[in-house]
Amino acid sequence: MYMEDTIAAISTPQGTGGIGIVRISGEKAFAIAGKVFRGKKPFEQLKSHTVSLGKIIDPQSGAMVDEVLLSKMVKPHTYTREDIVEINCHGGTAVIRKILELVIKEGARLAEPGEFTKRAFLNGRIDLSQAEAVIDLINSKTKESSRAAAAQLEGKLSRKLKAARDRLIELIAHMEVTFDYPEHDIEEVTGREVYRETKEIKETLCELARGFEKGRILREGLNAVIVGRPNVGKSSLLNELSGKNRAIVTDIPGTTRDVIEEYIDMNGIPVRIVDTAGIRETSDVVEKIGVERTQKEINEADLVIMMVDAAEGIKEEDWAILQTVRDKKLVVLINKVDLAEQRVIGEIEEKLAGYGPIRTSIKEEKGLDQLENAITRLFVKGEINPNSEVLVTNVRHKSLMDDAVRSLSEAMASYEAGMPLDCIAIDIKNAAESLGQITGESVSEDVMHRIFSRFCVGK
Amino acid sequence: MEYQAGEYDIVVVGAGHAGCEAALAAARLGCRTVVFAINLDSIANMPCNPSIGGTAKGHLVREIDALGGEMGKCADKTFIQSKMLNSAKGPAVFSLRAQIDRRKYQIEMKNTLEKQENLDVKQAEITELLIEDRKKVLGVKTHTGAVYKCRAVILATGTYLKGRIIIGDVSYSGGPDGLFPANRLSDSLRENGIELYRFKTGTPARINKRSIDFSKTEEQPGDDRIVPFSFETEQIEKEQVSCWLTHTNEETHRIIRENLHRSPLYSGDIKGVGPRYCPSIEDKVVRFADRESHQVFIEPMGLETQEMYLQGMSTSLPEDVQIKMMRTLPGLENVSVMRSAYAIEYDCINPTQLKLSLEAKSIDGLFFAGQINGSSGYEEAAAQGLMAGINAAMKIMGREPLVLDRSEAYIGVLVDDLITKGTEEPYRMMTSRAEYRLLLRQDNADLRLTPIGHRIGLISEERYKRFENKKNKIALEIERLEKTVVPPTEEVNRFLEARNSSPIKSGVKLKELLRRPEITYEDLAQIDRDRPELSFAEAEQVSISIKYEGYIQRQLLQVEQFKKLEGRKLPKDLDYSKVDGLSSEAKQKLNKIKPDSVGQASRISGVSPSDISVLLVYLEQSRRGGNR
Repeated sequence: MYMEDTIAAISTPQGTGGIGIVRISGEKAFAIAGKVFRGKKPFEQLKSHTVSLGKIIDPQSGAMVDEVLLSKMVKPHTYTREDIVEINCHGGTAVIRKILELVIKEGARLAEPGEFTKRAFLNGRIDLSQAEAVIDLINSKTKESSRAAAAQLEGKLSRKLKAARDRLIELIAHMEVTFDYPEHDIEEVTGREVYRETKEIKETLCELARGFEKGRILREGLNAVIVGRPNVGKSSLLNELSGKNRAIVTDIPGTTRDVIEEYIDMNGIPVRIVDTAGIRETSDVVEKIGVERTQKEINEADLVIMMVDAAEGIKEEDWAILQTVRDKKLVVLINKVDLAEQRVIGEIEEKLAGYGPIRTSIKEEKGLDQLENAITRLFVKGEINPNSEVLVTNVRHKSLMDDAVRSLSEAMASYEAGMPLDCIAIDIKNAAESLGQITGESVSEDVMHRIFSRFCVGK
Repeated sequence: MEYQAGEYDIVVVGAGHAGCEAALAAARLGCRTVVFAINLDSIANMPCNPSIGGTAKGHLVREIDALGGEMGKCADKTFIQSKMLNSAKGPAVFSLRAQIDRRKYQIEMKNTLEKQENLDVKQAEITELLIEDRKKVLGVKTHTGAVYKCRAVILATGTYLKGRIIIGDVSYSGGPDGLFPANRLSDSLRENGIELYRFKTGTPARINKRSIDFSKTEEQPGDDRIVPFSFETEQIEKEQVSCWLTHTNEETHRIIRENLHRSPLYSGDIKGVGPRYCPSIEDKVVRFADRESHQVFIEPMGLETQEMYLQGMSTSLPEDVQIKMMRTLPGLENVSVMRSAYAIEYDCINPTQLKLSLEAKSIDGLFFAGQINGSSGYEEAAAQGLMAGINAAMKIMGREPLVLDRSEAYIGVLVDDLITKGTEEPYRMMTSRAEYRLLLRQDNADLRLTPIGHRIGLISEERYKRFENKKNKIALEIERLEKTVVPPTEEVNRFLEARNSSPIKSGVKLKELLRRPEITYEDLAQIDRDRPELSFAEAEQVSISIKYEGYIQRQLLQVEQFKKLEGRKLPKDLDYSKVDGLSSEAKQKLNKIKPDSVGQASRISGVSPSDISVLLVYLEQSRRGGNR
């Protein structure tokens, strides 16, 4: 945490706000930004202390993440006296988070609490009289985040993570005892055993890391998309939901995006609802559904709300839409029930029986409670119940877990390449170190203790 | 009667493995030195197993040699069996171990001390330290009243301080191997404010070779190819002797269990803290109750003796039980015991009272080395002895102390662990304690440390020239392998296929071929006829550097990060209780350890990452003149 590497963080207050800044500071700040930013001019040609419009892209997939304003600031005239890049994005919490993750993937480290300010001070940027304030900041932020981290580590995640780390320590101890006590009648660990165990632990960690996505939903809210044929009542639903519920951010009919989104609080879960109407009402829905952006919204959605028209019945287009969203978590609404006969509604219900459709009439405010309950049930009582599921909601934890997984992959690759055990041990220790940074435990002491308690060695 | 007996620069108390290295280093650096032993026939004694080296310990011996110490040379002259352990597990953990002719080693080392210019060797018990105001060493006093004035004292008292021998229900005041203990020096230390611990260790019985039926045991011969400890020893050809392996069984364990109540360890009679890594046989039987058998090695104590050492049978059970249990072992049915197994308790100091130079923080000129610092093992002792000897001499000469860091040497890890973390049991070196193990190999100890030994003054110009020559040859050969391209000829591909290595379609650098795990440097000679002639050690260095380059580079990057914090020096007189923002635990620990650098501070238990941030901020404040 006190190394002179490149750090990054979201430097606007965490919350549900739609606008945020990702700040990168350090030697590699420009190199990293250069990889994820596409502006009019190449990044290197941008002048210091200017703001440029451009896009953040995922260098791996090439997909656009957000349109942003980027500030490039060459040292030493910056807050930290290091090279700084600030990315001003407006895509909401999930997008900011995504940008931060990209930046970390490209080589930045998530900043520790108060670290920008600390660097500012250590590099002589901040006045001496503020030293005390800096120390307070370090301490209070550390306490705050360790409290949060501790709370996070309660329960199942902690147990699973510790169990995985425990297996790693056991494995390292077995390797170390094999190195340090040759000629003892302990069962020496073989490369093949190390490989197998490494693989299993890696799989466990990957599974835990996947839990991160679910954790994110609880923390940052879930993405919901409303789909359906034109005039089925999508906009009304969005308006109704945002009106009935406290709208957190007003809609952002952006110049660059053709979707309308609302942030609402649904029984305690923040939900970002996207109405895909804007791009679809102009032409044939079935054809348009293949349009990249809509598909992208659907792909990224945690939940799809599909609406059909009770009065018009189910049409071929409806089936086509259903086809594209069937892998998603889905709530189907039969809307405009006030305009249709019971018999017709019953028929529609029968056809959609597998989807447990809900009867609604936005106009008469019918069925909205059921909708909300269905959504909450789907996410809270269902698969992502925080009491039973393992959640990783902290980006720091996630990135440490990713580090551990990477180290274990390297260990496996080394074994496959015929490297000896002492080299492989380096990777496995690194993995344990990464996990230890989550649980706050030191590897070497644990390993030493394990060697002596588990293996009979001595003269 | 007290009398003035002489004056020296440096007095070394104790002539075990630490004391010998300390005395030789100090004298070789030009200081007038005297070394005292309670009994001169016990110089460089091995009161436990007759072997030197092993995992991590072998690394220490190589490092001692690379810096200009004596242990490796003496071992090369007197060993009777040599083995490279772990040869299949990777270069970081290759470990050299030799069985030593114990008496020959002692005689060789004693003679080396005797012949050393600037060094006097004397038999006497040092009973008192002469210290001014509990702050500055003035001299020492012997039991006969002789007073020696000096400017520095190195205490290397091993297990002699208030030594107590325990054999079952019998216990008496005594030193190791039937020697006298040193019963008075502890009090002198305590009076001068040094905090003492009480540790314990033990050793198995020695038995007569004639009473062993070797047909029931397994022979353990040495290696065919002998690798010397010393980088200066060219090649060794000698007849080796074997060790022998036997096992305990259910009957042995039954006898132990039935007599546990007579073990002082279980009756509570032993108060000293014993090492976890070196449990007695009764410990093993109790703690690992499901094990049906434990192995026992029978090791020769020398060529001119019938005494054999029973590795694996260390015990503090009473003599009659010892005999009964030994007789259950195949081959030992009629065993004749020459020396019984015993446990020994002794005083040592809390090593966190020392600086990284091994000098006491509170007493100027008082150095400590070896078991008195809470370590165990001959090699650990010798390593500290060498460092204490060097640093006492540096002090006399007014030069900076030599402190090796964790990325430079196992010696650095050893000293830093003891001084920064302290120890609650006798400390043994293990390869797993070294973070940068792949860099701290036993094969490259000279590349790491000989330049330092030369700068200090323990490596002669002549040896240094040879070293530089070797280093150049290695560098040139690595460069050549990088440049030389092998064409995809039929011969080359035949060569590769014969080793289950995939054939090449276009020209490939020799270096790339050597990277393949199935190809050795030696093999490559077949298709690389113009190679220069390299010694085994040089070829090994080339091969390891290339084969493990990726991992070596990664560890080097880690070291770079490590060095940044090591480079942030903390003022020695800093009162941490006055540094705002530190946790109270950190304040207390930092004030006790007084670390040299922020890096060292970060290794103290109880000092958190945010405390380290606070220290960095504090340092910056001071640099800008914001503090008193």
